[in-house]
Amino acid sequence: MKKFIQYAWLWMVVIFLYAPIMILVVYSFTDSTMIGSIRNFSLQNYVTLFTTPELLAMIGGTISLALGVAVLSTLLGTVGAVGAFYSKKAGKTFIELSNQIPVVNADVVTGFSVCILMIAIFKIDKETFIPLVVGQTALCAPFVYLSVLPRLKQMDQQLYEAALDLGCTPAQALRKVVLPQILPGILSGFMTAITLSLDDYFISTYTKPATFDTISTYVVNATRGSQTEIKTALWALSTVIFVIVVIAVLIMNKMPQKEEK
Amino acid sequence: MKKSESFRGLLAIPYAIFLVLFVILPLVVVIYYAFTNGDGQVSFANFIHFWQSTKTIGTLLYSVAIAVLTTIVCLILGYPVAYVLAKGSFTNSQALLMIFVLPMWINFTLRITAMKEILTVLEGNLAYHPFMNTIICMVYDFLPFMIMPLYNALTKLDDSMIEAAQDLGATRTQVFYKVIIPLSVPGIISGITMVFLPSMTNYVVLDMVYNSTYIMGSLIGSYFSSYDWHNGSVISIILLVMILVVTLISNRFTAPEEQRKARV
Repeated sequence: MKKFIQYAWLWMVVIFLYAPIMILVVYSFTDSTMIGSIRNFSLQNYVTLFTTPELLAMIGGTISLALGVAVLSTLLGTVGAVGAFYSKKAGKTFIELSNQIPVVNADVVTGFSVCILMIAIFKIDKETFIPLVVGQTALCAPFVYLSVLPRLKQMDQQLYEAALDLGCTPAQALRKVVLPQILPGILSGFMTAITLSLDDYFISTYTKPATFDTISTYVVNATRGSQTEIKTALWALSTVIFVIVVIAVLIMNKMPQKEEK
Repeated sequence: MKKSESFRGLLAIPYAIFLVLFVILPLVVVIYYAFTNGDGQVSFANFIHFWQSTKTIGTLLYSVAIAVLTTIVCLILGYPVAYVLAKGSFTNSQALLMIFVLPMWINFTLRITAMKEILTVLEGNLAYHPFMNTIICMVYDFLPFMIMPLYNALTKLDDSMIEAAQDLGATRTQVFYKVIIPLSVPGIISGITMVFLPSMTNYVVLDMVYNSTYIMGSLIGSYFSSYDWHNGSVISIILLVMILVVTLISNRFTAPEEQRKARV
């Protein structure tokens, strides 16, 4: 009986989390324009998704932005973490505390504050993409920092000294000894940065150029409009993203098992 | 030797500069705008306006109501899930956990769209239950963020504590209320911080389910669209203070836990 209640609860939450997505997945393969009406199988939504220039530009833009921001954040966050780890206490504390601000802050406030800084103080035009990239990097880099730092703490500190004694320059020792050991942290930081950028709405909406859209800002605008063709093409987009996320999670789950063997 | 130390420390400089320019400075600018008026003079008028206007106070209360309810529902739904996964007899609970946190990697606007379509079918018209729909969508959005820290706290919980309580004669319910719940407080607190603040500010969810009532985030959005940076900054400061308070509280709860670990 206890087992039954436990399983029932788990299943209930799974259904709550997945039913909406699954229903969209099913309906994305029909020519229906509304959930609930029964129609025929159709791939029209996928054709629209992959042939409409506006949608392709939006998807391409979102991905390029995420990759750019992730690379930038990874560089800044990683170098920052290595530097802070070996800094004197005052500098370390300063970086640690400021690093925490974007992590706990509401995205609305981060986006709003970066926007006024850029527009009102620095007078940088949003059309240059600089406010957008900087704003998202300010959100993502701290998460990279947080995922690299534990790796540095776990590392055997004497290896670096040993490398120096054996004739490495400090730069070589960092690259050949420290870097390989913190690599898993860097990679997971990079992935976090990508997902944060892909999911971001608030920073983008405050700092993006007027004609540029990310998936988030595009979807929010599309739900205000009534273009059914776009609406159902977004169901196809949800399906594609869902499949990609599932595959990514399956691959990630396989990886540590391989290491154990 | 000394040279190598300073070389590594120097690496912190670019990131420190970045943090000063794009994390600290924006906050300084927000503080400046919040405490000045259009003429650049120091003024508390914006703050006084916020606390005297029934509209803005109403917004604050409405956001708190949404955030409290969302957090409670997430906790009620999520705690049993985290508990069963962490303490149940599953061989690979880590993989099962993935099922529950996976949705957080799907763009939240697309997920809310999905939930909105379902609610439209179920209710006919979303306009009838704006408050309830907002809560459902918020819970749908934030539940994975509640389950994860709870699961982490519960897996760390030492089984021998539970066994000791049972050996000493505690009943199942006593064990739960007197041992398991208190020991999972750090997880509960960190789950609450993950859900409470975002649900006070994520006004996109309300927009998408046609709930036209404002929450704190919507105020920033609307001041922003009307280029009213002074009042927008006031709201940001109020949110920042709340975030600071919540963070300090959650640090207080997790600190003893960390100390305990350090001592072992």
